Amino acid sequence: MGSRPDSDAFPWQLKILIAGGFGVGKTTFVGSASEIEPLSTEEHLTTASLDTDSLAGVERKSTTTVAMDFGRITFPEDNVVLYLFGTPGQDRFWFMWDELSRGTVGAIVLADTRRLQDCFGAIEFFEQRGIYFLVAVNEFDNAMYYTPDEVRNALALHESVPLLLCDARDTQSATRTLISLLEYVLTTSAPQPTP
Amino acid sequence: MRPYIVTNGRTHPSATLELLSMVRSTGRVACDRLGPEHAQTLRLCHSPTTVAEVAGHLRQPAVVVKILLSDLIGTGAVTTHDPTATAEVTTDLIEAVLNGLKTRL
Ligand SMILES: Nc1nc2c(ncn2[C@@H]2O[C@H](COP(=O)(O)OP(=O)(O)OP(=O)(O)O)[C@@H](O)[C@H]2O)c(=O)[nH]1
Ligand SMILES: [Mg+2]
Repeated sequence: MGSRPDSDAFPWQLKILIAGGFGVGKTTFVGSASEIEPLSTEEHLTTASLDTDSLAGVERKSTTTVAMDFGRITFPEDNVVLYLFGTPGQDRFWFMWDELSRGTVGAIVLADTRRLQDCFGAIEFFEQRGIYFLVAVNEFDNAMYYTPDEVRNALALHESVPLLLCDARDTQSATRTLISLLEYVLTTSAPQPTP
Repeated sequence: MRPYIVTNGRTHPSATLELLSMVRSTGRVACDRLGPEHAQTLRLCHSPTTVAEVAGHLRQPAVVVKILLSDLIGTGAVTTHDPTATAEVTTDLIEAVLNGLKTRL
């Protein structure tokens, strides 16, 4: 890999987002794949809201707190670190995703077949921004079984987007899902000359 | 740690730090010359790490940790690396991670 004069001791970073609806298994996935116990940090967000009670309808600022969990996997031989970020599951935190998605190599959208519609928002977000993603159906024990084609149809997924099954609780399964995403990115993206 | 006290009532960090900004102690400032919060933060930067990770270990909101780290950067105790400089995702980088992940299976 090329050298970076200003940062010899700093590792290279790669970032993957783990997205999907509320309670779909994002934190579980990050924890299974990560080599460290998943950590969590809060980001304070200031949002302007219209104060409907006041006569003038003045804008008031309110602060919300969003918890984000993340994990990492280090590859010391190459001085590379892979970071996994679980995105906030609630729709009202979409704007957080913009910051998180900057510089990301791609995203894994987790889906629960009992509530497929919960991941529509995430799929739309990545489609619109041209961010590589795949959909991984997290198989919950008491969920009805659907064939991958049924799920693909229900999600109106483009045929090029990989769809696979995973168990977010299982390290091997989570790791294989990450591998699938990176293989998809490599085969889909135009080869870039390295500096 | 009580966030407000730690940060002296400040709400904005002076250095531009993102969750994935890398930080590392320079070794130029000894921990015992610092207050407990700053010393604890500095110890977590012994080897290169991210703002997010320091925040996770300190169990403090990211903004508080960014302020503590800004202080340490200001005194030369910590050096930082802007993640936007590494934002370009090259094929080499993806392949390195891909091969590394395969060895974990
Ligand atoms: N049976 C089964 N349970 C799972 C699986 N993945 C996650 N769970 C459980 O589902 C619940 C929710 O998982 P989380 O990982 O917290 O989901 P999340 O997407 O992070 O949730 P939010 O952050 O609240 O949106 C937890 O109780 C998990 O133990 C799975 O593959 N199979
Ligand atoms: Mg979660």
